Amino acid sequence: MSQFSAGFQSTESYIVSAELALAVNAAVTLEKPLLIKGEPGTGKTKLAEELAASLGTDLLRWHIKSTTKAQQGLYEYDAVSRLRDSQLGSERVHDIANYIKPGKLWQAFTADKRPVLLIDEIDKADIEFPNDLLHELDQMEFHVYETGEQISARHRPIVIITSNNEKELPDAFLRRCFFHYIRFPDADTLQQIVAVHFPNIQQRLLSTALDVFFDLRDVPHLKKKPSTSELLDWLKLLLAEDIGPEQLQANQGQGLMPMFGALLKNEQDVELVEKLAFMSRRQTR
Amino acid sequence: MLIEFFFKLRDHGLKVSLTELMDLLNALERQVVFANVDDFYVVARMTLVKDESQYDRFDRAFASYFEGVNEVDIAASIPQEWLERSLQRQLSDEDKAKLQALGGLDELLKQFRERLAEQQKRHAGGNKWIGTGGTSPFGAYGYHPEGIRIGQDGNGARRAVKVWDKREFQDLDTDEELNNRTIKLALRKLRRFARTGAATELDLPETIRATGKQGMLDLRWQAERHNAIKVLILFDVGGSMDDYIYECQQLFQAVRSEFKHLEFFYFHNCVYEGVWKNNKRRRQEQTPLRDLLHTYGSDYKLIFVGDATMGPYEIAYPGGSVEHWNEEPGQVWMERLLQNYPKAVWINPQPQSRWQYYSSIRMISDIMQQRMYPFTLEGLGRAIETLL
Repeated sequence: MSQFSAGFQSTESYIVSAELALAVNAAVTLEKPLLIKGEPGTGKTKLAEELAASLGTDLLRWHIKSTTKAQQGLYEYDAVSRLRDSQLGSERVHDIANYIKPGKLWQAFTADKRPVLLIDEIDKADIEFPNDLLHELDQMEFHVYETGEQISARHRPIVIITSNNEKELPDAFLRRCFFHYIRFPDADTLQQIVAVHFPNIQQRLLSTALDVFFDLRDVPHLKKKPSTSELLDWLKLLLAEDIGPEQLQANQGQGLMPMFGALLKNEQDVELVEKLAFMSRRQTR
Repeated sequence: MLIEFFFKLRDHGLKVSLTELMDLLNALERQVVFANVDDFYVVARMTLVKDESQYDRFDRAFASYFEGVNEVDIAASIPQEWLERSLQRQLSDEDKAKLQALGGLDELLKQFRERLAEQQKRHAGGNKWIGTGGTSPFGAYGYHPEGIRIGQDGNGARRAVKVWDKREFQDLDTDEELNNRTIKLALRKLRRFARTGAATELDLPETIRATGKQGMLDLRWQAERHNAIKVLILFDVGGSMDDYIYECQQLFQAVRSEFKHLEFFYFHNCVYEGVWKNNKRRRQEQTPLRDLLHTYGSDYKLIFVGDATMGPYEIAYPGGSVEHWNEEPGQVWMERLLQNYPKAVWINPQPQSRWQYYSSIRMISDIMQQRMYPFTLEGLGRAIETLL
């Protein structure tokens, strides 16, 4: 375990809160899957990438879709190519193992070095999906029925699971995981994050932009609150369009901010912000 | 070790299990954290709590374990006489008559205390009280338990406010027994699978059979499997239903992702000649109920969601609607619907114990031939059985 004792910390390209770092380190040490929740765009997926990079190991991504089955993570049996091969008289056809395709979990279990396995957006799958993975994640082993093989993990992989809260996960599954909820960063942390991504941004532009951004997040009843990734996109646009802090300031409370498309992704939200600005202008008059 | 802490958490309604306690002890033994209560807080939370909506409870339990905070039972500390007297002074004769209809002052006070207790538990603050405004004598009674129960900021010697005393996750706590997942699980019973549409999926058994028969590889395809149940939902919106908006949203989200053929419409209090899809444009964009009856065949299952709390005249008389002049009483329209859709239920989010106080609920229930069910897991289950 000594290689992990240094622990996971903020890197040059990724700022991690002390709480999250502690959670990740505990999960790594105790070999438990870590379930990460949080608003979209708070860097859940990025965490797994950065963790793998900082440990110098491979990252295996398993992106979950609504049609994903738990079995696909273990292995798939390609019956069609076996049928085809039997037609062509290929020698391969006699060994069923030729047609077993290892899934992400299998790859993670048999990797040479303890890898990071990212199970991304687990809530997208069918409601029974997490239950089908209970044993595999707990014991880190599974059985291949076609060949009678037993696959067990050489090193227990570091499992990071992300969820956007679209579906609730079953209790039995949750009990086997550690859980961390990524909170939206406060102004200081956000400033650090921006500094990492745009080292040359002027301080004044940044603080004005952050003001506008946090004001916008405080607007009640927004359908989708802008998050960190939206802020970064917006700043990129501001820089590209060469919009200065003066222009931002002049615009504050006077309707939509420049390049609002990067922050507001919903027609109704745009309408709402416009309406609020209109009302505040009337009041000040 | 930490046994007392464990039970403290359970007292606060957190469903922590033994495995999770073992995980925490294991973490301590491996010295993930050492002699630092802030770090301990983080590790305890990540091992024991698996839902951000429970963070606030954990914070309270943590505070009460480490600081020995006493909780004040607010509902019990309001003297009853004081309540009754001040109430009676404010009531007009008319109000008193209304009170009698609701089961008398005692019953109402009992309800009030129940609500108060509920409010204390939820402490999300407010959304239950807003909107009931004019109809409840307790409308103005807002109080903020956070001020009383916890949050002893700045006790001088130490850091100003402890993390768990800030209770930053308060908004996320909802004391819901019926969550999205349980609703979905209940609705799963309503699935009947069928294969229709374009054949895009490989049909393995059929392919093997055909290949064996022909001696040549013969791929066979089949249509994707999906839920073939068709559902028509009519939601009551506005007025007395405001209290249940949250529950209804949950139900709605749950059904939406579970069914392919799902149509929904809104109505207000009782069904009349028109329903609508967009509540903001309800005056402009109504769908005549007759069109509804013709568009969706009788194989659709009809689900009403509403509290059925209204004046009896809104059901029984022409012109009874509170919103417009209706030529025919709601009852007639209800019966037309039921005739067209033999499989129908009414789901009522009002607690069943209160149904007896409203004559309108009895009337609707009679029209529905007693197929009215409470909005609980058990009630949903029974409703679905009736639908099948």
